[in-house]
Amino acid sequence: MLATAIIVFREVLEAALIVGIVLAASQGVPRRGFWVGSGIAGGILGAVVVAGFAETLAAAMAGVGQEVFNAAILFAAVAMLGWHNIWMRRHASELAAAANRLGAAVRAGSQPLWALAFAVGLAVLREGSEVVLFLYGIAAAGDGSAGAMTLGGALGLAAGVAAGAGIYFGLVRIPMRHLFAVTSWLILLLAAGMASQGAAFLLQADLLPPLGQTVWDTSFLLADQSLTGRILHALIGYTAQPAGIQLVFYLATLLIIGSLMRLIGGAPRPARSTGATATHPTRLQPGE
Amino acid sequence: MRLTRTSALLVMLVAVAVAPAFADEPAVTIAIRDHQFVPSEVQIRANAKVELIIRNEQTTPAEFESTSLHREKVVAPGKAASVFVGPLKPGRYDFFDDFHPATRGVLVVQ
Repeated sequence: MLATAIIVFREVLEAALIVGIVLAASQGVPRRGFWVGSGIAGGILGAVVVAGFAETLAAAMAGVGQEVFNAAILFAAVAMLGWHNIWMRRHASELAAAANRLGAAVRAGSQPLWALAFAVGLAVLREGSEVVLFLYGIAAAGDGSAGAMTLGGALGLAAGVAAGAGIYFGLVRIPMRHLFAVTSWLILLLAAGMASQGAAFLLQADLLPPLGQTVWDTSFLLADQSLTGRILHALIGYTAQPAGIQLVFYLATLLIIGSLMRLIGGAPRPARSTGATATHPTRLQPGE
Repeated sequence: MRLTRTSALLVMLVAVAVAPAFADEPAVTIAIRDHQFVPSEVQIRANAKVELIIRNEQTTPAEFESTSLHREKVVAPGKAASVFVGPLKPGRYDFFDDFHPATRGVLVVQ
């Protein structure tokens, strides 16, 4: 049961941390609960479908279907997170100002958070399909441990969700005017980490050259399998033994999204008067 | 994939043409049986591309994973999946079943 809990926790952790961060990043946007919730629901549904077609998928594209699929999911999520960051940079100052003016309509909020919903859905789908496969495997083994499996799965899920809630409630303690700067950095690193993971899958499929099998090895300091290693892997894409191509994708993602944020997202500074009228403290209550 | 096939074919052609001494297997099969890799220690030549055929002989799915090789692949019960590695420098590369982390093996590159 404990083994089940640990494996489910590990798989849920990454998606939960992403959900926690995007929830914090969309603080103050009306109906974000709907968008993020739809993303999670869609992701779970997708995970079950993907798990059901796992064998077909694995056999596709001359045996590298699984790798290409994973890479595609990751790169799509990178694009969505990047898009959100660019959009948010345009509207963050508006949102922060609106949070100060009680009862003020949030113009930016009328924009749907579809990019964020997609990013969440893709993250849940990818991690979730492995959970479904794993639990299905235990169930199929049928050694009368269904109760223990359900309990273990629930425990692992609860622990993963708790980690996501932890990062969310930690982040929303940051004053609103700094919050979006922090979350956009977090999302940028999240996206870069996903791009590096996607590159690893294409490398495995032999569609990309390694450009150095192991550029450095920090596994003696922090192993990939340790809890800290896993959390850092989810958050910033930490890998103890990165291949060269992973570094290329990581840095390219940082550079491309970062410069697009400056070029496209560079919103005109809000009028000073908007901020000056604010008398309320900018700290937000958890859960809006 | 296509490149690998072509190069594998080339290697075979060259091997046939030059000398029959090249007995190097471009593919190695590793079975997963009762949560054990069989064999649990696999030797391959350095600086060559090698296909690892992971055959899951269990009734439950497995995930062949290696952090040093940057490989992770889910293998359905009763199925086999190919994982290409290399060209690698000499050394020991650990791998494990991510769904049963106690199931471990090592790839020895010489």
